[in-house]
Amino acid sequence: MFAYIVRRALYAIPIMLGTTFLLFLLYNFVGGDPALVKAGKHATAETIATIRAEMGLDQPWYLQYWDLLMQVLKFDFGRSWSTNLKITDMVADGAGTSFSLTFPVFVMSTCLSLLLGIFVAVKRGSFIDKGLVTLAVGAQSISVLVYILAGQYFLAYKMGWFPISGYEPGLTERWAYFALPWLIYILIAVAPEMRFYRTIFLDELYQDYVRTAKSKGLDSNTILFKHVLRNALIPILTNLIISLPFLILGSLLLESFFGIPGLGGLIVKAIGNEDRPVIYALTVVGTIAYVIFNLISDILYAVVDPRVQLK
Amino acid sequence: MKYLASKVKGNSLWSDALRRLLSDNLAVFSFLVIAAYIVTALLASSNLIAVNWQDSIGASQAAPSFVDGFSHWMGLDIFGRSVLQKTVQGAYTALYVGLVSSLISIPIGVLMGALAGYFGGWVDDLITWIYTTISNIPEILLLVSIAFALGKGIETMCIALGMTSWVGLARLIRAEFIKHKNREYVAAAQALGASHSRRIFKHIFPNVLHIVIIGFSLRFVVAIKSEVVLTYLGLGIEIGEGSSWGLMISDAAGELVQGIWWGLASATLAMFPIVLAFSLFTDALRDAFDPKLRT
Repeated sequence: MFAYIVRRALYAIPIMLGTTFLLFLLYNFVGGDPALVKAGKHATAETIATIRAEMGLDQPWYLQYWDLLMQVLKFDFGRSWSTNLKITDMVADGAGTSFSLTFPVFVMSTCLSLLLGIFVAVKRGSFIDKGLVTLAVGAQSISVLVYILAGQYFLAYKMGWFPISGYEPGLTERWAYFALPWLIYILIAVAPEMRFYRTIFLDELYQDYVRTAKSKGLDSNTILFKHVLRNALIPILTNLIISLPFLILGSLLLESFFGIPGLGGLIVKAIGNEDRPVIYALTVVGTIAYVIFNLISDILYAVVDPRVQLK
Repeated sequence: MKYLASKVKGNSLWSDALRRLLSDNLAVFSFLVIAAYIVTALLASSNLIAVNWQDSIGASQAAPSFVDGFSHWMGLDIFGRSVLQKTVQGAYTALYVGLVSSLISIPIGVLMGALAGYFGGWVDDLITWIYTTISNIPEILLLVSIAFALGKGIETMCIALGMTSWVGLARLIRAEFIKHKNREYVAAAQALGASHSRRIFKHIFPNVLHIVIIGFSLRFVVAIKSEVVLTYLGLGIEIGEGSSWGLMISDAAGELVQGIWWGLASATLAMFPIVLAFSLFTDALRDAFDPKLRT
């Protein structure tokens, strides 16, 4: 077990090096000279040279890459081009806001989709199963933007049931602003998640152990909640864990439409301003989070299911 | 004497799959919807329908009306252009993005998956490392990074979508190649002196081709939906590159408060059937090629 964990953890190192190197290539070479981008169209040769020296671009590529790795290790990504604030502070401020927006609704939508997923899997082939799955496929055929636009327009602007957009930092005040984004999030998330859980439960429901349990006379509720749910929990939990990094990154569209100052909104603003260091830092932070949670999820998988280590 | 052994004709995977597809009404219907959209898109791109979509034909933001001819059925936009014609042109953009991004992602996915699965060893390690690296960067941020590096616009968006979306297919193909490479028919081909590339492409590849076809159909679902979101974020279709449902839906963000709902409605009504048809057709293909998996 211990050997597996060490092996798996060591494998995260080449992955981190790979992701940072890929981003390094994209930003420093494929995209042209970053100094030219930063200086703008009308800069003189001198300004460009100064900026190049400031950014360390006059050094050989391996030193530049080394600088990048140091940035990551020290968690210091310099300042934003558009606001001149320290990026680390911007990320720290936004991450909490995003998490408080996404985490509660993630729990709600997961519970709801799990229940629906079990329900339709058990009723497989029935009218209600076909109806709900068709409804879900249909719901997924509409752009997420349409849900947000229509929800904001009808429920907030026309009906006045929710604030149109806005945010107050107090922990108790912000919920009023979160209510509508949450509703829309659930509308968008439940359809694909329900179908995902349905597939997982169907995989389990036709296993031999279920037939054995049935033939020894267990009632269907015991089979479902004691046997099937336990086995199905393995893929469900691992899937939930790797979703966590995305909760920190927040929801780009919801935060930008509802004016919530989280990381998602920050990303959208940075795209608009072509604020490269901000996107760069958020990409690196998001990737590190993803690699770490992937690692946790794999280790957990191995703890729950010892067969994994043999592979 | 219907069942004489000599009369029994074997069915190939393909004829079986085709028979299952044709007996599935929903699959046939989805295919017809897809075909109708393709024809519409081709007619629009070859200037046979919705030709003058860029011309002003009436008052700015005129509401839908059924008396002024069918160009006015879905109203006019801020420049007095027909929303219906813009929507028809948008079908071309949507299918173009789907097609071009698949033509980039599918060959990469197939090649990477085939090489990794077939050769194993360090080749497998290297390719697995490459795609794990890509899949560990949150997709939307990788798309933004590529757009920053290559510039904005429809071509970049297709490249970005293609470069980020091959990983899933590569994983599936790799697993299939690992399964197939030790089968007897491959050993037989080797005994007859078939080279590696012949074994990969001539012998094993036809046996995994159905996965590629399913992947191709699925790409369209993802690409059409991604176009809308990326265009809204300013990373997709630029104004002047043609009409797109993403541009129309993004415009609606400012139009709705003025009570102008027809741009959003028209794009959504056009997008819904094609995305639904591709989703249903993908599922039908999966069922047809592998009835065991049927859920």
